Amino acid sequence: MAISYAARERAYVAAPRRGPVTRLLEDERWLGALLLLPTAVLLALFIAYPFVKGVLLSVTDARVGVPGTFVGLQNFIALAHDGIFREAVWNTFIYTGVTTVFKLALGLWLALLLNRHFRGKALTRAFVLLPFIIPTVLSTFAWKWMFDPTFSVINWTLYRLDIIDSRINWLGDPQLAMISIIIVNVWRGVPFYAISLLAGLQTISPELQEAAAIDGARPWQRFWHVTWPLLLPVTMVVVLFSVIQTFADFQLVYVLTGGGPANATHLFATYAYQIGVGTGLLSEGAAISLAMFPALLVVVVVQLLYIRRVEIH
Amino acid sequence: MARFDRRSFLKLSGGGAIAASAGMAGILASGRAPAYAQATSIHWLRWNDFVPASDQLLKGEMAAECEKALGVKLTIETINANDIQARVTSSIQSGSGPDIVCALNNWAQLYGESLADVTDVAEELGKSQGGFYETSRAVANDGKRWIAVPWSIVGLQIAYRRSWFEEVGYAGGKFPETWEALREAGKKLKAKGRPVGQTLGHTFGDAPAFTYPYLWSWGGKEVEADGKTVVLDSKETLESVKFMVGFWKDALDEGGLAWDDSSNNRAFLSGTCCATNNGASIYIEALRKPDAYQTEKGTPLKDDILHAPLPKGPGGQFSFHVPFSNMLMGYSKNQKGAKEFLRWISSKPVFDKWFTTQKGFSVGPTTDWEKHKLWNDDPVMLPYRSAARTGRFAGHAGPSGRKAAEVLTKYILTDMYAKAVQGMPPEDAVKWARGELIKIYGA
Repeated sequence: MAISYAARERAYVAAPRRGPVTRLLEDERWLGALLLLPTAVLLALFIAYPFVKGVLLSVTDARVGVPGTFVGLQNFIALAHDGIFREAVWNTFIYTGVTTVFKLALGLWLALLLNRHFRGKALTRAFVLLPFIIPTVLSTFAWKWMFDPTFSVINWTLYRLDIIDSRINWLGDPQLAMISIIIVNVWRGVPFYAISLLAGLQTISPELQEAAAIDGARPWQRFWHVTWPLLLPVTMVVVLFSVIQTFADFQLVYVLTGGGPANATHLFATYAYQIGVGTGLLSEGAAISLAMFPALLVVVVVQLLYIRRVEIH
Repeated sequence: MARFDRRSFLKLSGGGAIAASAGMAGILASGRAPAYAQATSIHWLRWNDFVPASDQLLKGEMAAECEKALGVKLTIETINANDIQARVTSSIQSGSGPDIVCALNNWAQLYGESLADVTDVAEELGKSQGGFYETSRAVANDGKRWIAVPWSIVGLQIAYRRSWFEEVGYAGGKFPETWEALREAGKKLKAKGRPVGQTLGHTFGDAPAFTYPYLWSWGGKEVEADGKTVVLDSKETLESVKFMVGFWKDALDEGGLAWDDSSNNRAFLSGTCCATNNGASIYIEALRKPDAYQTEKGTPLKDDILHAPLPKGPGGQFSFHVPFSNMLMGYSKNQKGAKEFLRWISSKPVFDKWFTTQKGFSVGPTTDWEKHKLWNDDPVMLPYRSAARTGRFAGHAGPSGRKAAEVLTKYILTDMYAKAVQGMPPEDAVKWARGELIKIYGA
């Protein structure tokens, strides 16, 4: 009944006149622009505005509550002469470089293992994600306890196993403190690599592997000549994301060492926070944050170009 | 059920959208977030007190009394002390947030331009309660006006194990009076696995509370009284750094480079360090749980704890305590009400209740509180009673202003000692710190 009623009513309606808005929306260029608008507004509000605000702040002498005046590149020149800043730059590059190599190697290894068939595969995959799921601050506090100078469970275990006879000063020694934050970052970052690379591995057809095996390729040759080239575009994207995140890392170092001992673990973000918030020098804090922008831009451009090249091939 | 057709929905949502966009335009035009109904309420931001009973008192009984006495609804928000500066920064920049913020150290000096003048309240308080300590004045007065009302001072003293120091020759509860004597005693105790505990890490309380008075006790200082001429690179400073290198190796727990403000509490309470510079929280905790914290002989730890000031050096004997002061935020729409509240909460009968719950962990901002009857309760707490009298603050011999706060928050003096104990030649460590100080004080 309802259908016939609706059909009857449609028959009586004259063909609608198209209004100017409808006509405009029928033009794909306008419709496209309209559909993009929400994204553009979000990007402008949450990415472009803070970025521009940061740039504007960095060329002033603004402090908390004081708008400041234009000082040109003075903050950046001051940074070039700032020993702690130079230390933070060096630390950030070491931290990002070392963690990325380890995360990639371990993540790839884990992904290859998880790509095999074994009992409890789904459960294992879920467990692997745990370090990535737990809020960073929480898990870092657990690590802080494990590295505690007095109550370290790692030291206790090594001592009980007769491997050490005195405490290892994990967070108190400059080199060991850097190694400690690297260990925690690798622990936290490996699942992201593993799961992303696992997704990449699953898109590779098993037939290619079988064909290579029939042709007499050994496992290593199969990996190097079949798996790796096909996995490379995914790997590059994963590395790109990871490098950006690691370069701008904050929570982990803030909780574990606060940038100490004696600035040995300060990164861009922790030093920017110390100066911008701890000392109230907003402009200098903004300049420190912005100083990582050129380095990240180079990384992003090089990697995106490489991805394009790989895709074309 | 009421009908809600498309037409009325469009009307309503259209009206709402217009109202929202007009409101948003207003916010954007004024550049500050809207302030809601602030006339009859006061929002007070404080740290999570190390004495939880004090927070309970403020949020319960005191809030109710405030409403009765002033007709003001008091909202007390407590957060981690390390997060207060981030909140203050965002509040000042957005022009909205708590009416009053209880600041630690000399943080108020960083925000002077954004704080209300509270000279009238502070002067009244100082006059009526026996006068402020130097520390209270240094952090809350910018030389021209009071930018905050001093609230309290967390006194710092060395908590030490009476029996362990007796074993190395300090009978009758005595404690080494000079740095050399402490080094000798600490050396013997460290050999038994009971080192002195002290942080040289990046932590806001215990690190500067040791490194600053240690420097002063050797005769070293950051700047001259003009607040500009850096004089850190003195013979006295160098001697202090050289001594620290040996002292650290001989007598201190070398894990201290990574300690935060709670690490020494845990180390002392677990019996792994013989002495540590701290607020009274270690003793108060041991008092609270006599069964949980015991000595190696099975007796309550509380009975084996005594307190002493930091030892003397060639330049004298000093201390650095953690002061707290209430900043009345300039953006607050309720200036008059907030000032009335500050007067009320700092008045003797009201402050007395809070002070009593602290059990000596905090001393008052003025000298009158030394006469309080709680000091008769427990002789172990007595060293805290007048501890603030020897207190100086960061920036000495100059004013404890914004630049001194910058040196403090960058941990430059702490890092000078930390670098030296990590192997940097003492001369280079002093040179590095001097360079950093010149960049700040000379700017």
